[in-house]
Amino acid sequence: MKIGVLALQGAFREHIQVLNTLGCKAIEIKKSEQLDEINGLIIPGGESTTIGRLMNVYQLFDKIVSKANGGMPVFGTCAGCVILAKDIENSAQPRLGLMDITVTRNAFGRQVDSFEADLNIPELGENPFKGVFIRAPIIKRVESNVEVMAKIAGNIVMVRQDNLMACSFHPELTLDKRIHQYFLNMVIKAMNN
Amino acid sequence: MAEKGTWLVKKGLAEMLKAGVIMDVTTPEQAKIAEEAGACAVMALERVPADIRAAGGVARMADPTIIQRIMDAVTIPVMAKARIGHFVEAQILEALGVDYIDESEVLTPADDQYHIDKHAFKVPFVCGAKNLGEALRRIGEGAAMIRTKGEPGTGNVVEAVKHMRTVMGEIRRLQNLPTEELMTAAKNMAAPYDLVVEVAKTGKLPVVNFAAGGIATPADAALMMQLGVDGIFVGSGIFKSKDPVARAKAIVAATTYYNDPKILAEISRDLGEAMPGIEISNITPEQRMQERGW
Repeated sequence: MKIGVLALQGAFREHIQVLNTLGCKAIEIKKSEQLDEINGLIIPGGESTTIGRLMNVYQLFDKIVSKANGGMPVFGTCAGCVILAKDIENSAQPRLGLMDITVTRNAFGRQVDSFEADLNIPELGENPFKGVFIRAPIIKRVESNVEVMAKIAGNIVMVRQDNLMACSFHPELTLDKRIHQYFLNMVIKAMNN
Repeated sequence: MAEKGTWLVKKGLAEMLKAGVIMDVTTPEQAKIAEEAGACAVMALERVPADIRAAGGVARMADPTIIQRIMDAVTIPVMAKARIGHFVEAQILEALGVDYIDESEVLTPADDQYHIDKHAFKVPFVCGAKNLGEALRRIGEGAAMIRTKGEPGTGNVVEAVKHMRTVMGEIRRLQNLPTEELMTAAKNMAAPYDLVVEVAKTGKLPVVNFAAGGIATPADAALMMQLGVDGIFVGSGIFKSKDPVARAKAIVAATTYYNDPKILAEISRDLGEAMPGIEISNITPEQRMQERGW
């Protein structure tokens, strides 16, 4: 099993490190032909406008969409969540548009409003998960085929839609590996299908 | 409960900027161009370093109106510069809501001995460094991100290369020292002992490290990335060149594909003239911005 981490801009190294500590092989993805080698893809945090522009210029959109439609699991964190969304409020920026969600960028305010908070994520068990929110988006609306996995103060911050998952915080910046393990389980399941 | 301004969220924003380009801008229009070209953040200024150098006199924090208009124009993070040691300029920038403060040698220092206590702020800081001791002193004071100083406003990458090689060489040296020699190493480089021990153990700076000061071409950006920096600041290099849009896009792509000479060759074509450069030996030592900071 091999996971790709989109490595155009942002915190891709941290995702690779977490995956490696879970015993999983992970590679940086910068070109579309590298997508042939992988069983799952993580789109990391960074600036969604920067990542989206480079995905467009270096022609990564079509192949990711077709692999995801073919069942490959994709997980987006923060900017990755924005890029996965079908609708982004007040923005025409390039995106994958795979998930039936509406995202609001920088929804908590500017950097001085960035924060850490404990989250209750029932899928991961009873222990709280420390969410690191950095100029984070929220998921403002979801369609009925989208499962809400976590909320903070009434705002949706983690969702799943079949083989696609997104969260607005940064599980790669903390030591808790449960979310990455959960994603790996999704990949294993998809490979057995 | 939600906790704001923690070390993790300060350092975390710098992690999100990695492999990206932060561009100096002086107007909302330039900020828009930078954002559309793929900048991961902009630095809001009244004048770019090349113009500050040409104007002479005392360079200070930009007018809040200029910074605010740039913040209103883009969705990416906006940074702004405060003078070294000028903690009130920093308080004003924090009150404005900028996303990062650069305590910068590009402006005229306000204190000839002390830097800002950066732990006292919720907004994170980036600081320049020529060597490892300077980088670790700034981190000790609370900087959540480091950049090379280079020589700003020159379009000449040689000083940024020198500073990056110096930092990396000093890190490699620390890694090879036996533990009992680390205290003397800390004394000699005038750096906090616990940070020296951490660097000796991990082989890297405890925070993100960008290149700054003299980067003018895609090849310059890729050179700094191959030397091991995490990302790129471009000051005068974009809006002092003939075709800022093309150059901005090319430097963004070069920072991502820094290891791919074929792509670098493609994106380096037809960019028009780069900014005019200045040979470092033509700048007298007292006019070198990199000598500011203690």
